Amino acid sequence: MREEWGRVLSSLTASLGDLDVAEDVLQDAVVAALRVWPERGIPRQPAGWLHATARRRAVDRFRRELNFRTKLAALIELESAREPLEGRLDADIPDERLEMIFTCCHPAIARPAQVALTLRTLGGLTTAEIARTFLVSEPTMAQRLVRAKRKIRAAGIPFRVPPSDLWPERLDAVLSVLYLIFNEGYAASFGEHPTREDLCLEAIRLGRLLVELVPDEPEVIGLLALMLLHDSRRPARSDAGGGLVTLDRQDRDRWNQTWIHEGLDLLDRALAAGRPGPFQVQAAISALHARATSHAETDWQEILLLYRRLHAYRPSPIVELNAIVAHSFAEGPEAALAVLSELATRAGDDLRGYQPFHLVRADLLRRTGDDVRAAAAYDDALALTANAAEAAFIRSRRAELSPD
Amino acid sequence: MQYLLMIYSAETAEPEPGTPEFEAHIGRYLRLTDEMNEAGVMLDGRPLEPVSTATTVRLRQGETMVTDGPFAETKEQLGGFYLLDCPNLDDAIDWAKRIPSAEFGSIEIRPIMPLE
Repeated sequence: MREEWGRVLSSLTASLGDLDVAEDVLQDAVVAALRVWPERGIPRQPAGWLHATARRRAVDRFRRELNFRTKLAALIELESAREPLEGRLDADIPDERLEMIFTCCHPAIARPAQVALTLRTLGGLTTAEIARTFLVSEPTMAQRLVRAKRKIRAAGIPFRVPPSDLWPERLDAVLSVLYLIFNEGYAASFGEHPTREDLCLEAIRLGRLLVELVPDEPEVIGLLALMLLHDSRRPARSDAGGGLVTLDRQDRDRWNQTWIHEGLDLLDRALAAGRPGPFQVQAAISALHARATSHAETDWQEILLLYRRLHAYRPSPIVELNAIVAHSFAEGPEAALAVLSELATRAGDDLRGYQPFHLVRADLLRRTGDDVRAAAAYDDALALTANAAEAAFIRSRRAELSPD
Repeated sequence: MQYLLMIYSAETAEPEPGTPEFEAHIGRYLRLTDEMNEAGVMLDGRPLEPVSTATTVRLRQGETMVTDGPFAETKEQLGGFYLLDCPNLDDAIDWAKRIPSAEFGSIEIRPIMPLE
């Protein structure tokens, strides 16, 4: 039912003109299905059954609310549509999921709400599941979703695929939301474990859907490639005790080769379009790791060049730090430390509260043998670390030093 | 749908009256207003006198308080508005982008609550 949810909800939203109502009536239909299907068996067109049942509920509801002129128009349209009572073939339900994704990721909706709405409408996650994901209470998340849906209705956010002049910025927002969901799963900031598998898989599933719906956008393909290549390393990323294992120490035999092959193929396909972009660059970096038989044999020079290209698209401290790490493997930790000092001077206060900065610094100092400064830097990083698995990892690295 | 586009900017950021920049600024506003009229979206649009001409009224515990100045001291002040009838928010955003003061100020788009 989770599979069908997104498709049926999107189609209902388009025909009812109201996401909130569509969700309500579909929820009712699902409740009815859970009651009726175990007795009568699952219908041959389950999505069609849900769709038809939800529409009937909507008609009833609109009839009851007849004092609103807008609902009258929708009611007339619903009742006059020529639909077989038992609903259509599942394959004939119009696919409005692209309209749904763009609506959920509209710039007038705040980013956390964009993420929550996407997971709810297309991911079919329950409010409780989404609340757990982002470590807020269920009422808080419910309120966030209600507010977002109210904004869509009250502010007149159109349920459509944006016109071509808005396409680049709107597609960018959609990709950012998907990547945010993936990242939340990949490097959970507040979890007990280093990764959250279900979120990564959900993001990949949505990424596949997007590639299906928008097949000729290289950045869309690039994002899917990136997520597959990143996620291929997940089996090696935590040890038996649930601790974090960094790239240099991962058992590469545990990497998911199927996903690596798929990711590499997708990346080739994206690059062939000749329209590079930040997600393709990130995928290319991940591909270089995926292809390397060992940490030492990785093409660090190429990775460094790619990080510089990425920085041109997305200037940010994290990209600079990643470039410095690549630099350290290409040219040695001392050279990288020099670049890091220069970054610290330039960015100043911005980096003082930034955990990755201290972690990178600690690691570079460790590799130059400066155990005293490395220990201090690991402590700085620890003070800024919320993820229990990550904190344990930092402590274990620190324990490897002999600072006295 | 009807939208109120409220034009906020720091009065110091606006071009000085009498300068060529001011003439150009007003010219752009006049052209934009014409386009809105031609597109059939214009319901109303006015510039407001500066915030120093504002008067604020409050009724508290049976007392009427009339004070000189805006309701609150803010960095950006309301300088004008457009009331438009657009099919959806994207259209309203599109018009808002073209408002000259958007370059250094903020345009708040608020949907008008329909009276049922």
